[in-house]
Amino acid sequence: MSVLEPMIELGRGLWTTFKQTFFNPVVTVSYPEEKRPVRPRYRGRHVLKRYENGLEKCIGCSLCAAACPADAIFVEASENTDEKRFSPGERYASTYEINMLRCIYCGFCEDACPTEAIVLGDNYELSFTDRRQAIYGKDMLLESVPSADMLTPRKVEEGVYKRSVPEMKDPQD
Amino acid sequence: MTWALFWEWFIKALILIFTLLIGFGYLTWYERRFLARIQVRIGPNRAGPQGLMQWMADAVKLIFKEELTPANVYKLVFFLSPIVTMVPSIVIAAVIPWGTSFQLGGRTIHLYLADINVGVIYLMSIASIAVYGIVLAGWSSNNKYAMMGGLRSTAQIISYELTLGLMFVTAILMGNSMSLVDIVEAQKGMWFAAIQPVGYLLFFIATLAEVNRHPFDMPEAEQELTAGYHTEYSGMKFALFFMAEYQKMIVVSMIGATLFLGGYREFWFLKDTFLSVDRAWFLGPAYLFIKVVVLLGIMIWVRASWPRIRYDRLMGLGWKILIPLSLAVVFITAVGILLAEMFNPLWIWIVLPVSLLVGLLAVMVVYRDLRRKAYERA
Repeated sequence: MSVLEPMIELGRGLWTTFKQTFFNPVVTVSYPEEKRPVRPRYRGRHVLKRYENGLEKCIGCSLCAAACPADAIFVEASENTDEKRFSPGERYASTYEINMLRCIYCGFCEDACPTEAIVLGDNYELSFTDRRQAIYGKDMLLESVPSADMLTPRKVEEGVYKRSVPEMKDPQD
Repeated sequence: MTWALFWEWFIKALILIFTLLIGFGYLTWYERRFLARIQVRIGPNRAGPQGLMQWMADAVKLIFKEELTPANVYKLVFFLSPIVTMVPSIVIAAVIPWGTSFQLGGRTIHLYLADINVGVIYLMSIASIAVYGIVLAGWSSNNKYAMMGGLRSTAQIISYELTLGLMFVTAILMGNSMSLVDIVEAQKGMWFAAIQPVGYLLFFIATLAEVNRHPFDMPEAEQELTAGYHTEYSGMKFALFFMAEYQKMIVVSMIGATLFLGGYREFWFLKDTFLSVDRAWFLGPAYLFIKVVVLLGIMIWVRASWPRIRYDRLMGLGWKILIPLSLAVVFITAVGILLAEMFNPLWIWIVLPVSLLVGLLAVMVVYRDLRRKAYERA
């Protein structure tokens, strides 16, 4: 039988590819039409979160900007009043910009945030046609509100939202 | 020569040329889709339905690419060699019949461009011309890799052309004619590949080497020679080489189908049924098309399956195994035909077992002499 070995080897090679062709399903994901979900702890583009009542979690403390190794975040804070309240406590981020070309998606901002306001989400489809567009402002980063009466800034009862940093449990995930 | 005859030829030539040119486009699509499927991918499916317009996108891209002529090339030869490669790959198809004949306006239109009585010789000579383009491209490029590719190509094509020629001889013997139409008609009862499978296998291996397909694609072995003889070519000149290569694939598949697989004739078991080309002439091109598609599919399948063989082994296989084997095959075929003429036509079938035995002997020699030996690895 060993004399036929060359033929058997060649035939085995052909059979391998034949099997692939007719018995294996295609593994390609046709990307724009079908998308694979990202992993649970995937670090995509940032989202600025809100509380359930619609107030912004971000209090403009700039700790994220301090933690950022790529110096991609710029935060400017202003004073809250009960007439025009953005977030609980004294201050809110009047400007919040992330340069998506500088950002390295390390997630340090997420770790540094005392109110869990900034979270790296699951969106990885970022594209810009010039450098100015790469700077995402608060209008793009902030989570949308479920209903129109929860928009910020809004008028709230006096003396309720005194505390900037909420009472928090240990992180779960 | 009447004007009607002129127009008949002119239109048939145009049909042939456009079939080959468009066939090239769809062959690239076929190869890419089929290879992709073998590698459990999808392949190009964006341009047009199922990616069928991919060739058009590729053509537009290649036409608009920058055409670079390196400073130290031999300009005239550098310019001419893509043409010298391209033209024979189309011209060679002239003698291949694609059907029987039909009546149109009182004329009998034959579905071949030319039925010259030395058709097989014509195939051989045009096939040899194609190598000039490759070797001249390699030489005029003034590039070591291109030169090596060109040289390899010449050596390889000359070596395997002997086997190819001997297999042509087998088909001529069995068809008792050098005209391709007669050879096809002689396969009405039985395909030559069924009587002489070893001969067909040899023919197939030799054509793989002739058109520089895997596993014999030494002239453009990219790991060794970057891109071989067309390293310095870009834009439309490169496209001409590319086209020539794929048209040669189509053409050798047509030749293989014609000489051994019944050409435009139906499968032998469909003889005298309503699917016979004698009843419906338009089935002729369809049968040829099916055979060519299957043969091209096998070429692509082989490309996906087998690794490239080393150059000295390629030469060893060509000279030490294939040429003696093909001489033996020619001899056996001739003896079988002689016996069939002397005693009974059924004696032709003696060719099948005897040539299979000789083929087995050749495989044994491959095993003994060309196999990688254990002590070489030590």
